[in-house]
Amino acid sequence: MKTLNLIVNRREVSVAIDPKTPLLDVLRNELDLASPRFGCGEEQCGACRVKVGSHLMYACTTTVGEVQDAVTTVEGLGTLETPHPLQQAFMDLNAGQCGYCLSGILVTASALLNANPAPSRSDVMAALDAHLCRCGAHNRIINAILKAAEDS
Amino acid sequence: MTLPSSLQHNPRLSTWILIENDRLIVQTGKVELGQGIKTAIASIVAFELDFPISRIDLVSGRTSEGPEEGITAGSMSIETTGASVRQAAAEVRCHLINLASQHLQVERDALYIEQGLVKQHRGNESLSFSELLNGKQIDMEATGEPAPKIAAASETLLARIDLPGKLTGGRSFLQDLQIPNLQHGRIVRGPSIHHRPTHVRPLDTSLGVVTIQDRDFIGVIGRNENQARSARQHLQDAITWQLDPSLELTDGTDWLRETDIGLLVVDGTPGDEPIPDVPPCHFRATYTKPWHMHGSISPSAAIALWEDNHLTIYSHAQGPSLLRDAIAGALSLTRDQVTVIHAENAGCYGHNGADDAAMDAALLAINVPGTPILLKWEREDEQRFEPYSPATVIDVATNIDHGRVQYWSADIYSQTHSGRPFGMQGASNLIAAWEQAKALPRPIPQPGRGNHSGIHRNADPLYRFPDRRIVKHLHRDQRIRTSSTRGLGAYANVFAIESAMDELASMENVDPVAFRLKHLADKRARAVLNRCADLASRHLPKPRDGYKTGYGFAFAQYKNRQTYAALCVFLQVNEKTLATELDHAVIVADAGRVVDPDGLRNQLEGGFIQSASWSLKEAVTFDRYGTTSTNWDSYPILKFSEIPTVCIDLIDNPKLPSLGAGEALHGPTPAAIANAIAHATGIRVRQIPLTSDATRRAGLQD
Repeated sequence: MKTLNLIVNRREVSVAIDPKTPLLDVLRNELDLASPRFGCGEEQCGACRVKVGSHLMYACTTTVGEVQDAVTTVEGLGTLETPHPLQQAFMDLNAGQCGYCLSGILVTASALLNANPAPSRSDVMAALDAHLCRCGAHNRIINAILKAAEDS
Repeated sequence: MTLPSSLQHNPRLSTWILIENDRLIVQTGKVELGQGIKTAIASIVAFELDFPISRIDLVSGRTSEGPEEGITAGSMSIETTGASVRQAAAEVRCHLINLASQHLQVERDALYIEQGLVKQHRGNESLSFSELLNGKQIDMEATGEPAPKIAAASETLLARIDLPGKLTGGRSFLQDLQIPNLQHGRIVRGPSIHHRPTHVRPLDTSLGVVTIQDRDFIGVIGRNENQARSARQHLQDAITWQLDPSLELTDGTDWLRETDIGLLVVDGTPGDEPIPDVPPCHFRATYTKPWHMHGSISPSAAIALWEDNHLTIYSHAQGPSLLRDAIAGALSLTRDQVTVIHAENAGCYGHNGADDAAMDAALLAINVPGTPILLKWEREDEQRFEPYSPATVIDVATNIDHGRVQYWSADIYSQTHSGRPFGMQGASNLIAAWEQAKALPRPIPQPGRGNHSGIHRNADPLYRFPDRRIVKHLHRDQRIRTSSTRGLGAYANVFAIESAMDELASMENVDPVAFRLKHLADKRARAVLNRCADLASRHLPKPRDGYKTGYGFAFAQYKNRQTYAALCVFLQVNEKTLATELDHAVIVADAGRVVDPDGLRNQLEGGFIQSASWSLKEAVTFDRYGTTSTNWDSYPILKFSEIPTVCIDLIDNPKLPSLGAGEALHGPTPAAIANAIAHATGIRVRQIPLTSDATRRAGLQD
């Protein structure tokens, strides 16, 4: 047990926990953030992806003790009342089916748009290759990211 | 008018629609699986009652409330529940107008409903539903008299009611539910469902983890999720797992032919008529598919609480009432002692690990009364223990005379698609029920005899073949556990039929669409196929150096009675590696009256992409002891960079009943891809997955 100070979604928080605990457990169980989701535990599906500083990290395999920079999850992008342009575009296009993969995809897409504000369709597809969608909503997701790039 | 089936079984209107102040509560037994059913049902009620959709609350899949509707499967929800809710809403509307007519002393014709208020064409007075009902609910039974409204589908996009929460960190999924004092559970199983633990030494309780053992069922409970996870791994490694040698696996799919259960399928229904021999035939071919996984993005999970002799379970199972009966049976409880509440998880696409995880959670929870347990399977658990979609081998033999198929024979060899749990006597389909001390055996699979029900779904071609012999063969092997996956037998059967149609057209030197049309009398079938061919002819493929370009068609009407779908796939095959890359797809569908055009498009495209993934990449691999496809590296699925563009055209028939569409494209997809590969390369691949290896092997055989 150790008290760790973190910045999560622009807020300072401290948690008393074993530093070897996966970041995902800390975000979900200690900080009550629902958006990062468990999918595989092996960096193969992207459901748990969050930003640490400007890097995309898999929260399932990153331990909380390794985190040296500010963490951003979907809750830090926008809210139901004031959604991020990406969240708005996904709502506008009904971009999803079950929606389980969307949190990680939104985080990756926000990093993509920061680095490349006007991506092509193939840029978006390449950026999303770290993510799996099983429902077949891929084209809607790609289109929503392209729409968000246009709208912002 | 006869009532739609769900309304027949649950005729009381207040079972479906409740009026609470200025909101409507709509109850259904169907559950959200990511297909958007809540949005579709809410939109039906909003339309029939002219009520704002934002003031409709959906309650779904609670065994303690609302209609009993069995299972959410088989592309049936819009047909059965959609029609039932539509009729119930029409009757509620009629009743409200009657009440307003009495109250205001005016003729019914003088009244209309707008934005949830009953208004007069002349006059300003308006009444809300709750004012009219004066605190009561509409407890009368449906009569089937008032007719629902008719309207063509509007292309205005209907916003999914569940997506905003899922996109903004809302507590949308089972794993997100906040329940006080929740503890974390994990199960400890060996390499397969058949492995039995020996030398189990429970963990030291000072680690903060409790080990639960009930004969061969082993689980752990921890206050902290990471402790439970580590304890699971520790125990799994420490236990010696034993497998009865009779349950070791053999290679390939040929052994599926070793069965003496064969039923002749006539008009889509299996029966006991004698099975005729196959005469000498001009064309013979064998088509196969391997075992596939549902492959949910989230492993299965459940929450269970045993308190005051009552078991409450949150589960993402497709049939909450069936699961309640199955768990009550397995734990020797009455069904009144068990409540199952549906909570969402990632898409399941059929009978995956959801039900087993619920039973696992229940067995842990009854050992710690008063403590709610959130049980999560790990990724490896899901891929090892979920029931797979069965492998299938199909032998086709045909004869053609004067350019028409005169004789069609298909022998279909597969395992059961019906492994779902339900309240059965003296047996169970739940893994933990076989493991516990009060163990129940697995039921022996029986050949289903329903119309288009399982192995033989879509085996009876819609084409006019005068002489046909279709035989369904069930192998009762229990080593590889199989059950329902989207489309059931339709996936393999349509692959075989639509591949053979292209092969026959090519033998006859006829255009494959023209060859199909020659054998199709059904006007709606002809219309989707013609429209698809027309749209496809306008698509211009872009040839690339080093690649061969091709396109292929396929068609089916799901179960020969639901959505009509035609598909054309454009693709490129790498000349060196023979790897296939999808470019574009044209889909045309006729689903009768369209409730939610965007939802329908989403389902059709999703079905196509999912089936393309099964068809190009997926096969569960095994060694002697069980599956070796234990993660996404060893069971790869289609990635974003491999997704083709898709164009969908809907033929709306507003006066005809809505037809289920969620599984309409799963069957045509592998055939359209195989036909396009043949068009591009001249190589006919009859074995799924249609990988570069399979194409190379097929090329060597030709």
